[in-house]
Amino acid sequence: MSELPLDAGLILAALLFLTGLAGVITRRNILFMLMSIEIMFNAAGLAFVLAGAQNGQPDGQVMLIFILAMAAAEVAVGLALIIQMYRQFNTVDTDVISELRD
Amino acid sequence: MTIIFYIAALVAFVSTVMVVTRKNAVHALLYLIVSLLAVSVIFFISGAPFVAALEVIVYAGAILVLFVFAIMMLNLGTDSEKEESKLLKPNAWIIPTIMSAILLAELGYVFFSYQGALGELRTIGPNEVSESLFGGYMLAVELTGILLMAGVVGAYHIGKEKKREYHRYLQTNENS
Repeated sequence: MSELPLDAGLILAALLFLTGLAGVITRRNILFMLMSIEIMFNAAGLAFVLAGAQNGQPDGQVMLIFILAMAAAEVAVGLALIIQMYRQFNTVDTDVISELRD
Repeated sequence: MTIIFYIAALVAFVSTVMVVTRKNAVHALLYLIVSLLAVSVIFFISGAPFVAALEVIVYAGAILVLFVFAIMMLNLGTDSEKEESKLLKPNAWIIPTIMSAILLAELGYVFFSYQGALGELRTIGPNEVSESLFGGYMLAVELTGILLMAGVVGAYHIGKEKKREYHRYLQTNENS
């Protein structure tokens, strides 16, 4: 059993984070934007846990627990906002709700 | 153990790319669940079994179910019936199922070949994590509780269907 490749793990975290970032930038459906934000949270948590495992300390896992709680609160508020937006504008397209620009 | 890491990393990356590129929200959610499970496998083999379990329970079990409920409440658009008829086609679920099966095989292999510590890594169990969490991070735990409370109250307040309230001048005008 060999050692876990931690460099590759951090590269994977970076890949996942950038995929989520690309999702936030490119998608116009607000549901997909929220899912991409979840991907980015998850990638950050992966980086925390791998860095904590490299040092043999439990602090990385503690940070992942905080990230989980924050993601739960963020998703609750975000989904409530999406539902309210769907009630008012009857769409999930973020380009439609640019009223403030006019 | 290295090959397990690479397979799980491949599954995580492919399914994450699929999340970003899907058109149907429910399909994207399926891929997102597979991605979270793959990351959970990586947590497990990197000596963090407690947060691996938390990732499955809280992320895949609670947060994504919240997403599913919201998508059901939205009842998206006029083509929801077309989507409904397309929902049971194999191309909707066959690839997530194959990826989950790969992860299941990996987990079985890990469990059967698990001999205490994994390679050079030290396994950090729930004992040590909770000692650290409630030792040095006590203030952060309390702040997280406040944040969750604010999240719940805010979600209720925002998501509530508001009654349209007019000024009493407009009300009398409407009635007359």
